[in-house]
Amino acid sequence: MGKIIDDIPRWEPHPPIQGGFITTKFNELLGWARKFSLFHYPFVTACCGMEYMSAACAHFDIDRFGAGWTRFSPRQSDMLLVVGTVTQKLAPVLRTVYNQMTNPKWVVAFGACAVSGGIYDNYAVVQGIDRIIPVDIYIPGCPPRPETVLDALVKLQEKIQKHEQEWRWKSK
Amino acid sequence: MAMEKQIVLKDLQEKFGSEISKTDLQFGDDIIHIKKEALIPIVNFLRQAPYEFTMLLDLTCVDYLGEEDRFEMVYHLFSLKNNLRLIIKTRLKESDLKIDSLTSVWKNANWLEREVYDMFGVEFEGHPYLKRIFMYDGFEGFPLRKDYPLRKRQPRLPLK
Amino acid sequence: MSFRIQKEARQESMLLNMGPSHPAMHGTIRIMLELDGERILNAELEVGYLHRGFEKTCENRTYFNLLPYTDRLNYVSPLINNLGYVMTLEKMLGLQVPEHAQYIRVIMSELSRISDHLTCLAAMAMECGAFTVFLYKIRAREFIWDFIERTTGARMTTSYVRIGGVRANLHEGWREDLIKAIQETRTVLKDVHALLDKNKIFLNRTRDIAVVSPEMAINYGWTGPCLRSTGVYYDVRKAHPYLVYDQLEFEVPLGERGDNYDRYMVRMLEMEQSLRLIEQAMDKLPDRSPAQELNLEGIEPAEAIKISRRKKPEQKIKLSPNLEGMEKENYPLILANDPRYIMPPKEDVYTTIEGLIRHFKYFMKGHGIRPPKGEVYFSVEGGNGELGYYIVSDGTDKPYRLHLRAPCFHIVSALEEMILGHYIADVIPTFGSLNMIGGELDR
Repeated sequence: MGKIIDDIPRWEPHPPIQGGFITTKFNELLGWARKFSLFHYPFVTACCGMEYMSAACAHFDIDRFGAGWTRFSPRQSDMLLVVGTVTQKLAPVLRTVYNQMTNPKWVVAFGACAVSGGIYDNYAVVQGIDRIIPVDIYIPGCPPRPETVLDALVKLQEKIQKHEQEWRWKSK
Repeated sequence: MAMEKQIVLKDLQEKFGSEISKTDLQFGDDIIHIKKEALIPIVNFLRQAPYEFTMLLDLTCVDYLGEEDRFEMVYHLFSLKNNLRLIIKTRLKESDLKIDSLTSVWKNANWLEREVYDMFGVEFEGHPYLKRIFMYDGFEGFPLRKDYPLRKRQPRLPLK
Repeated sequence: MSFRIQKEARQESMLLNMGPSHPAMHGTIRIMLELDGERILNAELEVGYLHRGFEKTCENRTYFNLLPYTDRLNYVSPLINNLGYVMTLEKMLGLQVPEHAQYIRVIMSELSRISDHLTCLAAMAMECGAFTVFLYKIRAREFIWDFIERTTGARMTTSYVRIGGVRANLHEGWREDLIKAIQETRTVLKDVHALLDKNKIFLNRTRDIAVVSPEMAINYGWTGPCLRSTGVYYDVRKAHPYLVYDQLEFEVPLGERGDNYDRYMVRMLEMEQSLRLIEQAMDKLPDRSPAQELNLEGIEPAEAIKISRRKKPEQKIKLSPNLEGMEKENYPLILANDPRYIMPPKEDVYTTIEGLIRHFKYFMKGHGIRPPKGEVYFSVEGGNGELGYYIVSDGTDKPYRLHLRAPCFHIVSALEEMILGHYIADVIPTFGSLNMIGGELDR
């Protein structure tokens, strides 16, 4: 299985924008660029995967929001879309995938099972993925309608625009 | 010529009368209760012509907590040629939780028996690779037993 | 970790892990391969990443409460799972379902089967590179789901098939919606036949790959389209006819060789047969009469309750739009006539004391549906094969044990043997053609 890296660097929410005029404007520019070019990694497990497929295809297109390209590799994507139930057996795998993603990254919990365990409250299911990784947007529904997914995507885009962006040469 | 269910039961009773403790008919399904040592001979007998029960549909276990013979193994057999179904049951005590494995007869018994081992703890003699299939290594206990609480979690990671 | 493949591996070969989260959008399963270059020498599967404790949960819920859990088993054809569970209970209780409801069940069941095959083949074709096929098929599936949503209220996890019948009558204007769905599906099937059937690249990837002989398939306990692709004729709808399948005419396509291409072809032809079945069932159903339309004039339920304290109200009651199709006139059509096991109609609950008591007892813990002691096994033809439910009842309102005979459990257990000797790239269409659904495999 390998060594599980157990320290998650960020568990607090994204900080708001601070700084002077040029820093704020540069922040906004970066935010604009990042929000309209989200590459998502669909961590699909269960029934919500069907609604994810519907949301990604022709009828309810997420490509029109710039998030169409599915990147099946953690290194190449910046949005982790956890779709479906996460069991105790799968929890270390999810943590590994989250750790392998490069910054900046956002996490969307898709479906009732990812948000809080859903209708399964038993020995095998993690009651919500925010016990394992930090989550930005929660999408309720069992399964959520594709319009809900699009609404969540728009909210994520607004959130990305508003918070402070990380760029390399900024001293921490 | 298609075989009738009654002829199958009669032939079984003739050949294995001592091992069959009772036959039952519940809601249209025929069930025979046998002793656990007779499982492989009966199954081999049923597989040949003219009965031809060539398919193992399902293999499961029921936990009757409180009774002396606590676990009951249930086998569902099916004959494609004659279109007949049969249920075979046998009881196991908790102190002697072993039974012969059917992997030499049918290949899907491999995974089915692993599932029963994982959920109930029944050990199958002669199984090539008896390892947990649904739960992970390090899980203690057998979830589907009646004395395992529903919500007892054993997380692999420290959860927040 | 001590896996069998690690113990048996040779010195010079490479171990590759196709991990639980992988691009094939089938679910979570781990395939460990031992490779010599690109050839597969040994394979081992690890399942259980979606084990959600269905069987243990069902022992803690009443028979009526656990209906939504059955939806989420084979989530691409949810109505068939519902149907299997409900028919097992009806066998135990001895209920007679009215014929109108049986035809509705047949229509819903076949629509679910079409949606299952569409999704399976769409995913299989997408992984071989045919992205257009994926988009076309998901589009056809949307029209089917639109029809299902207008009748049942939900696109996917519907809980529509209930004990004794169905939840509600078909919506008004259902005939046009269904005809449109059938037309769109036929167009898509025609297009896909033109794109893939004689396509050299698709044939190279799927012909003569992972050949399964009939004896091997029967030994592994295969059922459904995968078994029929090897040439064995077994369909639960023909062998043990349930619902009204013995009165409808349809054929069962069989394959010859048992390779990936045959599994693809059997599913495509089965979809055409399902469309035939739907059209025949559609002819037998009458349209909704004007008396059964959603009536907008009528008194509110609260007022009806107040009036009925003294006398029976003469006007009709305006029920909530959620209950469309469940009015009292529809009850003889959609549900059996057995007060012990069927929910009373809402008009009775609001106005009579017997209806109120019946409603109360139906949902109270400890009362409600209490089947006689015993056990029963019943199977229906699911999208993957024979979907069987084995219920042990001890006379109380909760099942003592509920076991699901999952068809894809047996089919996937053969994967380890099927891919030996092939290349890594052959694993993808093989796995896609088996139609593994995580919710059913891991329960």
